[in-house]
Amino acid sequence: MALKQKQASEVATKIINQQELFILDVRNEDAYGDWKIEGASVTSMNVPYFDLIDGVEEILPKLPKDKEILVVCAKEGSSIFVGEELVEAGLENVSYLSGGMKAWSEYLEPVKVGDLPGGALYQFVRLGKGCLSYLIESNGEAAVVDTNRMIENYTSFAENKGLAIKATFDTHLHADHISGGKTLADQVNGTYYLPEEDAGEVTFDYTALKEGSTVTIGEVTIEPIYSPGHTIGSTSLMINDAYLLTGDILFVESIGRPDLAGKAEDWVQDLRTTLYNRYKEMAGELVVLPAHFSKMAELDEKGLVSAKLQDLYQKNDGLNVEKEEDFRKMVTENLPPQPNAYQEIRETNMGKMTPDEETKREMEIGPNRCAVN
Amino acid sequence: MNSQKTLDTKGLACPMPIVKTKKAMKDMESGEVLEVQATDKGAQSDLAAWAKSGGHELMKSEETDGVFYFWIKKA
Repeated sequence: MALKQKQASEVATKIINQQELFILDVRNEDAYGDWKIEGASVTSMNVPYFDLIDGVEEILPKLPKDKEILVVCAKEGSSIFVGEELVEAGLENVSYLSGGMKAWSEYLEPVKVGDLPGGALYQFVRLGKGCLSYLIESNGEAAVVDTNRMIENYTSFAENKGLAIKATFDTHLHADHISGGKTLADQVNGTYYLPEEDAGEVTFDYTALKEGSTVTIGEVTIEPIYSPGHTIGSTSLMINDAYLLTGDILFVESIGRPDLAGKAEDWVQDLRTTLYNRYKEMAGELVVLPAHFSKMAELDEKGLVSAKLQDLYQKNDGLNVEKEEDFRKMVTENLPPQPNAYQEIRETNMGKMTPDEETKREMEIGPNRCAVN
Repeated sequence: MNSQKTLDTKGLACPMPIVKTKKAMKDMESGEVLEVQATDKGAQSDLAAWAKSGGHELMKSEETDGVFYFWIKKA
């Protein structure tokens, strides 16, 4: 049988449905150790392609005979090379990931969160990078929150549903991925909202996202709530008093890190106040929708990442550190490495750098690492 | 840097730069240096990892005008 091509969307469906998947990742060991395709139903094995140039005989005994084998590399060239060797060696069910880890990093899976008056709220799950963005629709209008770089995902979704995108929001100046907010807003003649405190060095026009200035999309209200700590401008969005989009301040299993703009010590107190006062006073029934997840286990059976605010005050360790000193240590010491190219990503999001598409893709490789653990 | 042999893989995509490097190294003597030129960005980390796994020494690497240069000493 010939080598088959698998799209990132097909792999995403398998992972969300928890179907068994065996992955032979042929990138080098560092790349694999840094970042790979994960999921409860995924088994993966790493053998760099350069160890397989002279043949695959050595690894054949370690590969499953009765299951599909998905070969994965950075772009796809090496996975096709190794995949063809496996087919030649007599394996029946071998495929490769079209576009490799780059395509995986860019794939967005839209998942419906719930209904809203005149429409609904959708979460766009970027499985490969752990980024979550949102589309709010009501009465034919739409807004996109924490837009990713690949804006055609949102424009084609809106087109299929006959929606006009009126506004895009960034809850903060992102450091882990390149925002598509400004580009998308310009393309649809909409308004781009960004918190003013994060926009000091921004070189293009934007509309200040400010507490007290509510935005209406169809029948739905979007209420900005100033919630600093991950950045000084970080602003959460309350959607119709039902959903709380927390950006990179509060995640399902962790909390935001305050150091990506180089000001960890300065922003610790802001982060503490947001999480231990501001959010605590809000209704426990609110559904928290963050801008990131870090583990596939955070996805529910639909692929959705969310939690009730009151449940997070029970279960999320970051919300249960009694002493301020312990909290300060937790968010300033022993932090994970910073996201790949985070300084360049921040500068790109400010408009100070305009890399080409290929460079943007390279900059975004790897996990998001916006949480403290 | 002095090298006994130069390999041009410019314009080739992964896995070809390494496939060709491996082949070129076969015909060389221990201690000789191979210069590899590549434009594939992935070659950077992959050549380093490959050299390490084969015990070869990546003596130097640099980038000029979008071309990566590597000097690898055969084990």
